Amino acid sequence: MTPPTQEEWQIILLTLRVAALAVGGALPVAVAAGWLLSTRFPGHFLLNAIVHLPLALPPVVTGWLLLTLCGVEGPVGAWLFQRFHVRLAFTQQGAALACAVMVFPLMVRAIRLGMEAVDRGLLNAARTLGAGPLDRFLSVTLPLAAPGVLMAIAMGFTASLGEFGAVITFAASIPGQTQTLPLAIFNALQSPGGDAAAARLSICSVVLALLGLLIAERVGARLRR
Amino acid sequence: MALLVSVESKRRGFTLTASFEAPTPGITVLFGPSGCGKTTLLNAIAGLSRADRVRVELNGEALHRLPPHRRRIGMVFQEGQLFPHMSVERNLVYGLHRAPKDTRKGLDRGRGLLLAPEIADLLDLQHLRRRRPHNLSGGERQRVAIGRALLSQPRLLLMDEPLASLDAARKAEILPYLQRLRDVMRMPVIYVTHAPDEAYRLADYLVLLEGGQVIAAGPMTDLVSRVDLPLAGRDDASAVLLGYLHSHEADRGLSAIACGGQVYMVPLCDVAPGTAVRLRVPAREVILALEAPRNISVNNVIAGVVCAVRQDVTTHAVLVELDVGGGQIVARVTMDAAERLRLRPGVQVLALIKAMGVELLSG
Repeated sequence: MTPPTQEEWQIILLTLRVAALAVGGALPVAVAAGWLLSTRFPGHFLLNAIVHLPLALPPVVTGWLLLTLCGVEGPVGAWLFQRFHVRLAFTQQGAALACAVMVFPLMVRAIRLGMEAVDRGLLNAARTLGAGPLDRFLSVTLPLAAPGVLMAIAMGFTASLGEFGAVITFAASIPGQTQTLPLAIFNALQSPGGDAAAARLSICSVVLALLGLLIAERVGARLRR
Repeated sequence: MALLVSVESKRRGFTLTASFEAPTPGITVLFGPSGCGKTTLLNAIAGLSRADRVRVELNGEALHRLPPHRRRIGMVFQEGQLFPHMSVERNLVYGLHRAPKDTRKGLDRGRGLLLAPEIADLLDLQHLRRRRPHNLSGGERQRVAIGRALLSQPRLLLMDEPLASLDAARKAEILPYLQRLRDVMRMPVIYVTHAPDEAYRLADYLVLLEGGQVIAAGPMTDLVSRVDLPLAGRDDASAVLLGYLHSHEADRGLSAIACGGQVYMVPLCDVAPGTAVRLRVPAREVILALEAPRNISVNNVIAGVVCAVRQDVTTHAVLVELDVGGGQIVARVTMDAAERLRLRPGVQVLALIKAMGVELLSG
């Protein structure tokens, strides 16, 4: 295959940008959720189930739920538009939000595992040495859970590259705006004579996915060290 | 100056009801078999686990009213619990950096170990500074753990079986450091162990725990020789006498220890005269006589009075507790011997103790 054309690079870069935005936005929330779940507070089963919903629901349903809530006429979307003039539906930010919601469960799992691996004895030791709750979290828990957080970033990013159903439902397939790699491939397949284009884009997709998985594996190996 | 501890806790079917009042400064050893509640008690004092009722008062100050991270109660854990992602130096100063400024006694933040020379020298930590916990031996790890707890400027130090996870060689390596600490540090310490040897060497005050209850509490030298308590019933039962090194008699290969008016001869040692020492007299090394023997190899013939006698039916042994002026000694003899000599409280006897049989536990 010849190297990607200018147009194809634009699609790849857009996909990378959306994935980065998605992971960046999801990370703080995933860290909070992962930490909360690792404490096994009463009711953590319920929170765990809610966090994992995007894995169980059909992606198009997740996209539809996002439209209902964050579309310009939905409760959250209307508030965002009135207060900050921010629109999410059918925008690149919206595509990132859709990806973020879809990869959220994966990220939370990885982070929770990392946090659970932190020895409670170390936190007790930190307590006796004068460290309060936030201090303990920043000086002991987070550094030791870092491999889990890195794993979450790697996995979240890789999965975002391939997200389709929720993105196309919430953000539509607008070339140059929200048409990520999977959406572009789908579009090419729908167009007559687009098979060759679809094939080229698919190869790009496979390469990106492989790279992402390899990196995630390396990070995972460090976690198991 | 006293340390008042009172804990009531009922968790998972285990009930702990323990109260004691220990003198401070000094080392109070909580002694008991595994599962008797020692660690539960310690965790309750530190605030690391919830108890139904906790009261910890140090010299009148109620520590149990403070959140755990503000109590300034240092703790050394059985497994060290050094932070794996930090170097030894950063581990050591972790507590120091979080101690209230007015407690730091001139120790400065940025310079860490250099300004805590006593602790670094006491525990021989200087050459370990840049290492990481996983590069340390078990003994080194525990020394760092002790140093870290001390540097956090605690007003009370808790030690939870700090030597339990070490082999005999490592234990022998660290015990002198702990003995040195006892002599140098003027802070109260609560030390949990199930090894009598550590109690003999380190304790000033002893609290015996069994099944979640305190069965006895008092000065260590009194409790270890009481025949009604479990320690005297052990195979390695011993009495401990407190004294000082009086003189050396190099030509005879002996050293003299003065304990409360009596003099005990031990094999020549290299402890400086005047040094405070503890003498461990195993119960099995004590022979009792009603009259002074002649032409006998024994170097120590100590006059005493029987104060208690107890029979142990399972081992056909009789434990005899003697008052020897300045302390007590316990002897283990056969039932036959106890009958022949008519040993009962009040009887005057001579304790024959082999110089080779006693152990010098120097400070």
